[in-house]
Amino acid sequence: MLYTNHIRVLSINLTDETYKIEHREDLKQYLGGVGVASKLLEENIKPDADILDPSQCIVFAIGAISTIFPVITKTVAMFWSPLTKELGESYAGGRMAMTMLMAHFDAIVITGKSKRPIYLAIESHNVEFRDASAMWGIRSDDVGRIIREREKGAGKRSIIRIGEAGENQLSFASVCVDTYRHFGRMGLGAVMGSKNLKAISIWGKGDLPIKNQKAYFKVFQDLHKKAITTDVMKKYHDLGTAMGVNLMNEKGGIPILNLQTSQTDDIENLSGETFAEKNLVRKTACAGCPVGCIHIGQFRREFGKGYEFEAVNVGYDYELIFSLGTFLGLNDSDEVLELIEAVEDYGMDAISAGVVLGWATEAYQNGLFTVNESLVPLEFGNQKNYLAALKHMAKRTNEFYYNLGKGCAHASSIYGGQDYAMHFNGNEMSGYHTGYGSVLGSAVGARHSHLCNGGYSFDQGGEGNPEELLDKIYNEELDRCILNSLIACLFARKMYDKDTILNALKSVDVVMTEEELDNAAKEIFRTKLRIKKMLGYRLKSLRLPKRFFETTGFGTKIDEAMTYELIKKYSEKCEALMNS
Amino acid sequence: MAKRLRYDMNACLGCQTCSLVCSTLSGYHSLGESGINIKTKGGLQGKFVCVVCAGCTENISCLEACKTGALKARNGGGVLLDKNKCIGCKKCISACSIGAIHYSDNLDRPIICRQCGTCAKYCPHNCLYMEEVE
Ligand code: SF4
Ligand code: SF4
Ligand code: SF4
Ligand code: SF4
Repeated sequence: MLYTNHIRVLSINLTDETYKIEHREDLKQYLGGVGVASKLLEENIKPDADILDPSQCIVFAIGAISTIFPVITKTVAMFWSPLTKELGESYAGGRMAMTMLMAHFDAIVITGKSKRPIYLAIESHNVEFRDASAMWGIRSDDVGRIIREREKGAGKRSIIRIGEAGENQLSFASVCVDTYRHFGRMGLGAVMGSKNLKAISIWGKGDLPIKNQKAYFKVFQDLHKKAITTDVMKKYHDLGTAMGVNLMNEKGGIPILNLQTSQTDDIENLSGETFAEKNLVRKTACAGCPVGCIHIGQFRREFGKGYEFEAVNVGYDYELIFSLGTFLGLNDSDEVLELIEAVEDYGMDAISAGVVLGWATEAYQNGLFTVNESLVPLEFGNQKNYLAALKHMAKRTNEFYYNLGKGCAHASSIYGGQDYAMHFNGNEMSGYHTGYGSVLGSAVGARHSHLCNGGYSFDQGGEGNPEELLDKIYNEELDRCILNSLIACLFARKMYDKDTILNALKSVDVVMTEEELDNAAKEIFRTKLRIKKMLGYRLKSLRLPKRFFETTGFGTKIDEAMTYELIKKYSEKCEALMNS
Repeated sequence: MAKRLRYDMNACLGCQTCSLVCSTLSGYHSLGESGINIKTKGGLQGKFVCVVCAGCTENISCLEACKTGALKARNGGGVLLDKNKCIGCKKCISACSIGAIHYSDNLDRPIICRQCGTCAKYCPHNCLYMEEVE
């Protein structure tokens, strides 16, 4: 906790409905966030039990300077991923970090399994295990509303919840945080579902006396000014990340039609500009973020004859426009928003959902299964059928959809089409196919996400120097171990260089040198690598679908042999770090 | 010229920077110690609303309800609290018809906006602003 020498950990056991608080001085050196969470995961994970065994844990942690500086807004969740079957790590914004800070919990560890569906009501001095039987099967936004009405703390509270996909333990089920943010990736929703845990509300009614008000407020002021005046932040606010649709398409780096191509001359209907002009109704922010990148779009749905319409609001961003739009051959922003709404309601990761459907569409075209299995013909651009497929996936209607719900790596291992099941070690690809950086970055990234090390951001087209690229990716992965211990929103990464971080830490009484910061990063990375090894993961034997090497990214054809050579080198670097 | 705090919440992001800054002025990382509170009307899908002192200039109900003389009318509207005189009876809280005062258990006193205008300086969308009072 801020201004103390310890990390305050709340451990909750769902099986016997008990909880305890520990003050962990030994964890303080890992700052917070991913540093603390990976240590707690390493301690609590049971590598010999099943991934979704009741004895497994979920760890949530906030960072060393959560909420008290601008754009430091995230909470990390760590768990054993049912999707990749190795290290699970996911970040969400919203109000969760703020409420954990105000409730004085740096980390929350949840183990066990409740006998019946429940939700947890957490506040500074109490944890309640409340019956949620009647909420089982209810869509995630309704659950939010019900809990809002039942629990105290309006305005100072965060409510996280799962939908039907989580209850049914879909391997890429997500957790919705405060309506518009998510622990989207890697299946945290399934882990919550396996514990009969429908939702968690956290009420942050406490406070923390500021130790050095003047020094702190000075740094806060500077950073606030930086946040609201930099260009990058302005872009995130204006069109939002959706501005990337045109930019990525121009350079040929946006996955289209299950990555059959990375460029099209017909994308205007899905551009950030179109969404802004046609659908955008408002913008909102995570607690403590003056930028406000969350874009809410509206579409109209006819629900009855005689001009009966409802207006539906959903959040959209670049990744969703790619996965539920370009990847599936859609060409209408309203249709994309309707798919996003469905994915929200069922509570599944939008990226995985779209990418899985992309594979299924092509596999269907190739006759790997028939409409007897898929129940509707899956065709690029056929939004109505995709809506039906999402429903079957969430409900796990039949064996085919059951398998689809385990991700495209799993489904293609059964039905074939592995060369075009677009995933990295089981985690469906993200919206960047920009060259060596994007492929290597996600391949070697600790959680196989484009955000592990931002590999794609190093791609400029052309070959570049692969060795140099590898170093950049490695160093960025380490640097992000620091950012993710604070926990900064990665959109603000340029704002928080090491000096700024050290300065901010100092103003709240955490005095560190750059060397100490770097050492902490190394130890955090080492811990993550140890967990991966413990779960049986070997980077060296990673194999990628052929299509990554067939479709160009930013005009570059990625060489397969060279990629595996580089992956091998990277894994040697990791081993050297582990042994150091 | 004396000013008081005004707001127009259409462009509000719900970032709560205003509340975090106001609490900082009282010396706390908190939302509970803030004179301004941002809530939602019907969850995050609804609009944001702002609960803060309106800076009354006449018929100042909170002040009228206070028997200890802890509240003093502020030039430009609203009130100023003298902590030393306050006995924590909470009469001011029920007296304010817009619910702009709440009690901080941590500080053991009511939290009332003093119309200092700092939050307005930090609102990234200029939802909050200071307006001159006749
Ligand atoms: S606290 Fe309420 S009654 Fe008192 S001055 Fe402000 S708005 Fe008026
Ligand atoms: S709580 Fe304090 S300020 Fe409010 S009415 Fe009572 S004495 Fe006056
Ligand atoms: S005007 Fe000053 S006291 Fe009132 S809410 Fe804003 S920062 Fe707080
Ligand atoms: S600082 Fe401005 S935008 Fe942010 S919550 Fe307050 S009023 Fe809304």
